[in-house]
Order: sequence, then C-alpha cells, then structure tokens
Amino acid sequence: MIVRARGARKQFGDRVAVEQLDLDIPAGCCFGLLGPNGAGKTTTLRMIYGATEPSAGTIEVFGIDVARDPRAVRARLGVTLQENVMIEVLSPVENLRVFGRYHLIREPELTRRIDYLVDFLELESHADVPVQNLSGGFQRRLAIALSLINDPELLILDEPTTGLDPAVRLALWSKIRALRTAGTTVLLTTHYMDEAQRLCDRIVVMAQGKAIADGAPAALIETHLRTEAIEIECSSEQESELIRLLADEPQRMRAGGRLVLYVDDAAAVLPVIDSIAAEHGHRTIRPTNLEDLFLHLTGAQLEGGA
Amino acid sequence: MKISLSHAFAVWRRNASMYGRTWMFNLLPNFFEPVLYLVAIGIGVGAYVSEMAGMSYAEFLAPGLVCVAAMNGASFEVTYNVYVRLTYDKAYDAMLTTPIGPDEILLGEVMWAVTRATIYGGSFFVVLVLFGLAPLPAALLAIPAIPLSGLLFAALGITFSLRVPTIDLFSFYFTLFLTPLFLFSDVFFPLEERLSGIWLWVAEALPLLHPVRIARAAFRGEWTPILIWDLAYVLALAALLLQGSRAAVRNRLMN
Ligand SMILES: Nc1ncnc2c1ncn2[C@@H]1O[C@H](COP(=O)(O)OP(=O)(O)OP(=O)(O)O)[C@@H](O)[C@H]1O
Ligand SMILES: [Mg+2]
Repeated sequence: MIVRARGARKQFGDRVAVEQLDLDIPAGCCFGLLGPNGAGKTTTLRMIYGATEPSAGTIEVFGIDVARDPRAVRARLGVTLQENVMIEVLSPVENLRVFGRYHLIREPELTRRIDYLVDFLELESHADVPVQNLSGGFQRRLAIALSLINDPELLILDEPTTGLDPAVRLALWSKIRALRTAGTTVLLTTHYMDEAQRLCDRIVVMAQGKAIADGAPAALIETHLRTEAIEIECSSEQESELIRLLADEPQRMRAGGRLVLYVDDAAAVLPVIDSIAAEHGHRTIRPTNLEDLFLHLTGAQLEGGA
Repeated sequence: MKISLSHAFAVWRRNASMYGRTWMFNLLPNFFEPVLYLVAIGIGVGAYVSEMAGMSYAEFLAPGLVCVAAMNGASFEVTYNVYVRLTYDKAYDAMLTTPIGPDEILLGEVMWAVTRATIYGGSFFVVLVLFGLAPLPAALLAIPAIPLSGLLFAALGITFSLRVPTIDLFSFYFTLFLTPLFLFSDVFFPLEERLSGIWLWVAEALPLLHPVRIARAAFRGEWTPILIWDLAYVLALAALLLQGSRAAVRNRLMN
C-alpha cells in the first residue's frame, strides 16, 4: 500500500474535521476522495503529507509513519494544493526553480527537470511571463508542474480542475492519465463526479469527516442504486400518486421540482409515469451515474430543502 | 527531527529570488530613512549642539543609526512580509508540501531577515564612510553589530508575528515597541547621563541598547568589559525567543 491510514482523526478545537478514517491506497491506483464542502477532504490530504498531525490514529505513506518522518515522506510525493500558491512576480520557470530547490534538486538535474515539465504541461508559450499575468488554466497547469518537480511516486491533487474551462479540464485529465500510466499513484479530491468517474479506479465518499462509501465507482453505484435513472418534473402530490400506482416503491431523489427515480427497467414503468407526469416538460432516461450516488449518499438534506 | 540547514537555505533563496525582482519597491525605500535622520538631526539639529559625550552630534548619532537601520530591516521582514507570505501568498503551505518543515521555515526566514538587516545596516555604513563619520579602520569592528541587531530584532519580531491574529496589530509593535526603543536606546542621547540608580538597571532591558553600545564602542575605538554583557544579552535573548518560536510556528502552520 502507498497510503495506509488507520483510525485517523483530526480535531480543530472542538470541531471534528475527520473521524475514524481508514484508507488503503494501492500502488499505481488513481484514488478519488469525494465529499461535500467541509467533508474533511483537504484535512485528510494534509494529514497524509504531514502538514498536520492526526489527533489520533496512524498514517503510513510508503510504509513510513508520516508523523515520525514527514521529510522522508514528502521527498517522495508531490502536492497540488486547492489554492494556487505560486510566487506571483516570478515566471513559471523561476517558480519551478524555487520549488526544485525546496527539494534540494541541483543543477544540471534541475534544468533538465524544468525543461521536461515545461514541455509535459505545455508551459513554453508563457514560460517567462510573471505568473500574475497568466490565465487560471495556465496557473493550474503550473501548479501541477510544481508538484511534479521531484518526480513523485505519489501525486496528491486537491480539486485540480475546479474553476477551469472544459478544454483545460480535458487536457489536465489526459496528463493525469499519462502520469498514472507511467506508474505514479494519484490521490485526488474533486467535486466533479464526471471527473471522478473518468479518472478514478477507486473512490471514498466522505461526509462530515467520515468515510461513508468506499469502492470502485461502478461497483458502488451498483450496490447503492438501480441501474437506470428517470428524471421528471412533478409536484409532490403527483409523486405520491406515482408511488401509489407503482408495484414496488422505487428509490428516488427530489431536487426542487425535479424528481429522479432509480429503477432496474425504465421501459416497464414509463407508462405509469407518463400517465401522471407527461404534461410536465420532458423526461430524461439515462444510466445511473456517480452524481446520483453522491447525492444519494450525501445529499439527503437536499430532499426537503433546496 | 534534526534541522536541515540546506532546506532552510532553500527558504532563504525563495525570498532572495523574489526580492531580486521587487527590490526597487520593497528594499530601496527603507534605505533612505536613516540617511534622512542623519541629515536632519545629526547635521541639522547637530549644528546647535556643541558636543555630545565628547564628540560632534553627527558623530554621536552615526553608530546608533547603523543599528537602527538593521533593526528596521529585520523588523519589516518578520512582521509585514512574513505575515503576507503566511496569509496571502501561502508560501509556507507550499513549503510544507516539500521536505521543508516548520523549523526550516523559521530558520530560513530569520536568516533572510538578518540578510535584509545587513543590507540596510551595511549600505548605511557605507554612507557614513562617505560622510566621513565612520573612523576607519576602528569602525569596521562595528560591522558585526549589524547582523547582531538583525538577529535580535528578527527574533523579537517573529515572536510577535506568530502570535497576532491580524496584520493591523503590527502598527502597535512599531509605534509602541520599536519607536520608543529607537528614541531611548542611546541612539540620540547617552542614556547613562539622563538616568540614575535603579533606572540605569532597568534600561539594560532595552534590546536596542546593546547592539548600539557595541557599535559605538567600535566607532570610538574603545573596549570595555560591558561589551561582553551586551553580546551575551543579544545572543541569549535571540536564542531564547527563537527556541520559543519553534512551537509557535508549528502551531500556526500545522495546527
Ligand atoms: N486549520 C483549521 N482550523 C479549524 N478548522 C478547520 C481547519 N481546517 C479545516 N477546518 C474545518 O474542518 C472541516 C473540514 O475542512 P476541509 O477543508 O478538510 O474540508 P473539504 O472537504 O476540503 O472542503 P472543501 O470541499 O470546501 O474544500 C471544515 O469544517 C473546516 O471548517
Ligand atoms: Mg478542500
């Protein structure tokens, strides 16, 4: 295992950010940490790379106890933080140079490494422009380049694509895949379920500091939800009517005026649905996805509220 | 864990790279401050003072202002600049993703503050030489007082910085701590001629007094055993404060 956490817990004052967390991240895996805002994802990552010590429990990375020897652990991993932390007045190349020195990488190795990363993350067009003048997407690519300066065995990405346009996201995904193929273990957090579904071999869903689901995305969906999702517009009266008419009560989730029903065979229930809610806009039938699972696991509070 | 000097040096290099780019705005302005004091008070006011402690007023003022320049350089660095790196630049969060730990961050920042103090104190020293106010070669012995002032005020400032919740409180540090020190530490008038009895002992607590006394002794080419006390005071207080800051840095960065 590259990362092994047992009973990890983190408390800030009397606020518990992470509780009783067990993680096993095997080598070569792309591992996703999902969860709503404040679920404890960033805190979990910080404990893994030793930026904060667990209040209880143990975390081993590369078989090393992080609390005991964070330097040895951090020498072998790279972290892209949720917020970009470059030196704004310096250029990408200068930032890479500063970061390389943090790892005590010397010349000529440092220049060789920088050249490689400028090429790999396609930074050459603005390699000498101060970071403050660069677009969000370019800055994010640089942030990832910085975390790769020491050729890490484990790459930790905290929301790598938040706030980026679709083209940049696609480009970053392909970089992350390339790294994985080359043998780097990747641990990422994201709020985008499509990202997790495309990139991750395994995910853990966290809510309020606890892991509430753990497994391969497809397997998790299968365990928790039926295979097909039907989205319709309908009122709660129509919903009650619908449930009364259907033989077995389907899994469902409501978001405002929109209802999602999860069923094994959509075709079989469509006549009933159409008889109730046909006039209310269009309905969508699609395979159940990670977003459904995520909302099912974490979004219970949305049912009555938003 | 053992403190890694090479990682601390990487922290120092980060600041050096950055100021290599912005020194015109970040380093240059403060340089003029002691020069203005020297001209306005040393030469301007000094014209009405026939002598002080047996020398011209500008001559009296010169060594103290060297230490003040160093004090200001170090103090700005470990207050406003450290705070900006901590809170806005998140430089330390970035460092903590690398083999650099909190001890190396503390040491690197203190080394950088001492460097900046030495740049200010050193360039002001050169100004004094040009004005003919630094008797050579004796005054060269005052040069160690520059990094010593830097070290002392880096330690004092960082102790304060690590414990304040907002940047607004730094103005208290400057107006209620550094400014009184500046005015009452033998820089403008010989303290021992104004104080007596117990107050002479109380005044020994003033941090700036000690590097100023070392610098002035060098400028005069005099040696007294009290300089050993001055040196011991600076080194011991700095060591004590920095040791105390180790836990504070951890708390602040890694809570
Ligand atoms: N340094 C800290 N001091 C006090 N509380 C903290 C600290 N860091 C995190 N917390 C709290 O711990 C909880 C988990 O925060 P964390 O940043 O780990 O969540 P997250 O899952 O990364 O959220 P997001 O998706 O918004 O980034 C939150 O309630 C947060 O307010
Ligand atoms: Mg987060």
